[in-house]
Amino acid sequence: MRRDDRVILIGEDIAGGTGGKGEEDAWGGVMGVTKGLYKEFGAGRVIDTPISEMSYIGTAVGAAATGLRPIAELMFCDFLGCCFDQILNQAAKFRYMFGGKVSMPLVIRMQCGAGFSAAAQHSQSLHALLTHIPGLKVVMPSSPYEAKGLLIEAIRDNDPVMFFENKLMYDDVGEVPDEDYTIPFGEAALRTDGEDVTICALGRMVNLAEQAVVQLRKRNIEATLIDLRSTSPLDVETICESVEETGRLVIVDEGSPRCGFAADVAALVASKAFGALQAPIEMVTPPHTPIPFAPVLEQEYLPNPERVIMAVDKVMAYGR
Amino acid sequence: MQLNREDLHDAYRRMVLVREFENQIHRLNEKGELPGFIHLSAGQEASCVGICMNLQEDDYITSTHRGHGHVLAKGCDLVEMMDEVFAKRTGICHGKGGSMHMADLEKGILGANGIVGAGVPLAAGAALTSKTLGKDSISVVFFGDGAYNEGATLETMNLAKVLNLPLLFALEDNGWGEATPSSYAIGGDILKRAEGFGIPAQAVDGHDYCAVYEAAGDMISQIRAGGGPRFLHLDVYRYFGHFEGDAATYRPKGEVEKHQKERDCIMILRAYIIESGLLAESDLHKIHKEVLSEVEAAVDHARKAPSPEASDILTNVYATY
Repeated sequence: MRRDDRVILIGEDIAGGTGGKGEEDAWGGVMGVTKGLYKEFGAGRVIDTPISEMSYIGTAVGAAATGLRPIAELMFCDFLGCCFDQILNQAAKFRYMFGGKVSMPLVIRMQCGAGFSAAAQHSQSLHALLTHIPGLKVVMPSSPYEAKGLLIEAIRDNDPVMFFENKLMYDDVGEVPDEDYTIPFGEAALRTDGEDVTICALGRMVNLAEQAVVQLRKRNIEATLIDLRSTSPLDVETICESVEETGRLVIVDEGSPRCGFAADVAALVASKAFGALQAPIEMVTPPHTPIPFAPVLEQEYLPNPERVIMAVDKVMAYGR
Repeated sequence: MQLNREDLHDAYRRMVLVREFENQIHRLNEKGELPGFIHLSAGQEASCVGICMNLQEDDYITSTHRGHGHVLAKGCDLVEMMDEVFAKRTGICHGKGGSMHMADLEKGILGANGIVGAGVPLAAGAALTSKTLGKDSISVVFFGDGAYNEGATLETMNLAKVLNLPLLFALEDNGWGEATPSSYAIGGDILKRAEGFGIPAQAVDGHDYCAVYEAAGDMISQIRAGGGPRFLHLDVYRYFGHFEGDAATYRPKGEVEKHQKERDCIMILRAYIIESGLLAESDLHKIHKEVLSEVEAAVDHARKAPSPEASDILTNVYATY
């Protein structure tokens, strides 16, 4: 925002308190992510809106088409239902539908993820839903370092970027350089390098899979753990290259299983690297249910390191 | 009233251009020459032209699925539009948009739109750009009586008021949301609804070019001066069905013909111009003739223009990917 006056923030309570008599910038977003920006950039660039997702997301789309670089915050990705037309039919399609004459430098930041007992309407991971739509880019960072690099990349990108932030990770601590840096989309990162099995994941699931990798190493099973970073574009090449070496693939994803992201990766690998596979592809996902409220059920819902280990054991045992 | 000879000449020309463009598209479609869904706005010309004659090049508009008139009135190129309707590579959207998605950002046209009400928040976004960058440009959202009941419209009326956006809501009420009368579908009073959002609202006879031009001009001046959003209710009438091929049996027999005879907006402007003495009947005749040959030339051009290449299917999905 210091670098480019055209970058604005727009959303619900992203300052919090605008126009009231108490503290202005009281919240900085419901999770405090944008706290302090209102004081530096003012109400002209940190714009609190009424609770009306269709209008302010659509306003961000129109502003992006006409010269601003808006960063809209959708409080929870579950609220996509309240503004979906502006994403599905407008932001995603303008460049193509208008013959390449429009740029859409728009970022929509949104929370995802279960684990807070926030139940079925505040816990979903809807990245696959948006990945299905041509014209959108879809990103999910796995650490503070990744979050900064990918977010700066998103802001400077000239396409609409859907930026998923797992709400369980806001308190994560990690090394982050002070200076600006960007991480390109569609270039996966290798978290660990091993020759026995390939594990692919996104966001918080990368950290959860890494816990499994540490346990597996104690049993002399060496895994390559790939942080995919973005689902659109997707680094299919890195996944397939790794599977060519290991012959075994486990995909860990927090989205629903049917027509889901894990299923998409499995299909791509099955069609592009079938000859390398030594075992059926395993997918670690939630069951095909809404997200339950009770902590005991929610833990049953979520993937965990034990399930990743079970899946790895299954692909390792196959054919032996 | 600030109507001078040049403005009237321009306005009449633009209205006739929209009318003849629509009539031509209707004939071409009946002959089976055009692909896709087509919605025509013939009959509603005083609204789009009366408003757009008040706009600067850097002002923005968003339009509807019935958008040819708005887009032509804001200055989109006739030949490129015709090429687009014919799905040609030389079309304004290179054959990827068609009738429902005409757009020209360089002219401030954020597109016709196939989703009812979707242009309303988009226009608010363009207005936010003007406000944020300190420009004196404004936005006009053209929307129909059907869109007046969409959540996107109602949410945006509130948002535009809250953010004091330079935005004119132009409700073109042609009496029919597809096949359902607006009198059935709109609950409550149209102007009072807008006023309930704190937006100054006014009704104008959308068949009367001079009345539209004047009312829109006043509101646009207020908006440009920082007064925030305004709402204009235009009573208009469409001659063709909702879409091309719609027999429009929901309208009583003879209604269209009666309207064309008594309330046609081009007929009304023509009478005004001749009575005012600013232009002679022969001038208007000449305009009509010129427009007809321009439209004919555009059709010839479109027929001969190249179709998209198969490889075009993959271009312009993303800037980078």
